[in-house]
Amino acid sequence: MKNDFLLQIKELKASIDNKEILKGLNLEVKPGEIHAIMGPNGSGKSTLASVLTGREIATVTHGTVTFEGRNLLEMSPEERAREGIFLSFQYPIEIPGVSMVNFMKTAINEQRKHRGQDPLSASEFLRQMREKKELVEIDSALTNRSVNEGFSGGEKKKNEIFQMAMLEPRLALLDETDSGLDIDALRIVANGVNKIRRPDTSVIVITHYQRLLDYIVPDHVHVLYDGRIVRSAGPELALELEERGYDWIRKEAEVSAESWTTGQK
Amino acid sequence: MENDQDKVLDEVTSGEYKYGFVTDIETDVIPAGLNEDVVRLISSKKEEPEWLLEFRLKAFRHWQTMKMPQWANLKIPEIHYQDIIFYAAPRQKIAPSSLSDVDPELLRTFDKLGIPLEEQKHLTGVAVDAVMDSISVKTTFRETLAEMGIIFCSFSEAVKEHPTLVQKYLASVVPHTDNFFATLNSAVFSDGSFCYIPKGVRCPMELSTYFRINASNTGQFERTLLIADEESYVSYLEGCTAPMRDENQLHAAVVEIVAERGAEVKYSTVQNWYPGDKEGKGGIFNFVTKRGLCKGDDSKISWTQVETGSAVTWKYPSCILRGDNSIGEFYSVAVTNNHQQADTGTKMIHIGKNTRSTIVSKGISAGFGQNSYRGLVKVLKKAQGARNFSQCDSLLLGDKCGAHTFPYIEVDNPSAIVEHEATTSRIGEDQIFYCNQRGISTEDAIGLIVNGYAREVINKLPMEFAVEAQKLLQISLEGSVG
Repeated sequence: MKNDFLLQIKELKASIDNKEILKGLNLEVKPGEIHAIMGPNGSGKSTLASVLTGREIATVTHGTVTFEGRNLLEMSPEERAREGIFLSFQYPIEIPGVSMVNFMKTAINEQRKHRGQDPLSASEFLRQMREKKELVEIDSALTNRSVNEGFSGGEKKKNEIFQMAMLEPRLALLDETDSGLDIDALRIVANGVNKIRRPDTSVIVITHYQRLLDYIVPDHVHVLYDGRIVRSAGPELALELEERGYDWIRKEAEVSAESWTTGQK
Repeated sequence: MENDQDKVLDEVTSGEYKYGFVTDIETDVIPAGLNEDVVRLISSKKEEPEWLLEFRLKAFRHWQTMKMPQWANLKIPEIHYQDIIFYAAPRQKIAPSSLSDVDPELLRTFDKLGIPLEEQKHLTGVAVDAVMDSISVKTTFRETLAEMGIIFCSFSEAVKEHPTLVQKYLASVVPHTDNFFATLNSAVFSDGSFCYIPKGVRCPMELSTYFRINASNTGQFERTLLIADEESYVSYLEGCTAPMRDENQLHAAVVEIVAERGAEVKYSTVQNWYPGDKEGKGGIFNFVTKRGLCKGDDSKISWTQVETGSAVTWKYPSCILRGDNSIGEFYSVAVTNNHQQADTGTKMIHIGKNTRSTIVSKGISAGFGQNSYRGLVKVLKKAQGARNFSQCDSLLLGDKCGAHTFPYIEVDNPSAIVEHEATTSRIGEDQIFYCNQRGISTEDAIGLIVNGYAREVINKLPMEFAVEAQKLLQISLEGSVG
């Protein structure tokens, strides 16, 4: 029964500026599962995040994506967010003059409105802010400032996880969340993700390196290469990649591509 | 406060001009056109003393020798002054001495605008003078204020009841020869607000005037005179709306402020005259002369304006810093959307020693809007130790609008320090997507970002005006993207 899956991607092809980046990607994620998508630079990892969140730069040319059985590709970016898809940005955006409090409150109440709930009262909202700040060990002062303005790289990433804690998504996409973090910040961010996860929260960790997966342990590891998932296995695959690099994957993929083209002839 | 902001954002669902209704009320008008007889007729309808008629006539004669200024970065069709009605008044049988004497239709109008004139229901502590089509309808809280010696009434009443004060200060900051529109105003001004704060008194509530143009083909020419005597303080608010009409209407007001030694005046405006439709048809031509004189030492005048309305805005609230150590401030947000044009800024004239001025101007252009900042910082020879800081930021939405900056700096004293900073930015697609990804729609994201951008200025407004201003910013930019 297909409703077993929270997210189901079939034969997805997508282009950026008329260049095909995703070339027939398949992925199925059940509630509560953690999937890691690994791959060398330029393999299409960030494009996948763009397609799932509805960013306009990526054009889907083929395939289907369903989220809880609904056609995800028909939804606007904000509708996807309100349905529970959260992206932790690789490069979080600064919005000068907009306070974190106001931003977060607007976001939460949009989500609540979408679910037919009343807006949070000011005191309840502030209580949640306080609670979630402690959970992700974010400095109180940060949430009194403008969104990401003047934050260090590590603070921006923590702030993403803080927002994730506030919005309690069904599916969290962590796009290179480990990049630019020292080992302490990495631990805090990863522990934050673990603490805020509920049993049915699914996570897709997009990463180049294995080190984040020491903390957020995946159920499935996929290798993305040249727009396709070329290998899927358990967490041991991440360790193998760490040890052997991506070259052997590249070679394998090229061999199989060759045999495929020769087969066509 | 957070709750208020939410409510504001929720309320805003359509970008239509909300205040475009017409009140069906009997109006007393002088037929269109302008000549000496009309000026005399206005004066006699208002039962004015001889000196005021003389002032009007002097101004009118001077005006006839003047030409409309062409230097602003504005495209304005020719204005036919002989087709304009220069005096219109809601007809009232007797002068209202209490609220029950005021025509209920008028009260309903101000109710619709959200301006409560019924004092007993009014808890926020703002005294209001309501002006419709040239005539002051009702001033609230007069008695409470009078106990402290504060005079707050319509200009016409002030002429009758406090002629010495009016005669002493009228045109002492903006002379009758000042400029084309101020001179026209001096000849035909109909009413406005008058305010006097006596020595050492801090006015305990916000004073406010709401201007409403109702009659068609009518110009509105109000005159406001605000005097803060030594060591006094007042915060003054001004709001304006007009019906939606296909023709352009002329608004040419004059505001004069005098701050004596140690006095402080905060003057805030939320200008929301009808801006015209999406194709640029109709709307108010807003030509306003606002000037404050820091007459005494240690005095301070602060202008804050949020300009979202009008088809054309031509407005430079200025400060003459004559007293030593006096301070002038100008905080402005000006929005031009669709086909609106604004040429606005300030003049800071440093005359006294150690005078200081701050200019923060935030222009927002969308649609085909054209937004110009024009400012003069002038430091005279004797202004030892003068300081100015200017910041002019422009925000662009879309690629068919324009932002322009015309800063003029004239310094005649070598000890002066004058700083000017300017930025131009766009709302980034990545910022909007970031908001979208958190569940915030594009319209709301723009509202958030624009209000963030303007926050420095909005924060200067009294609380309830700040909420209104935020709402206005969002409404006036709706439909400007996507």
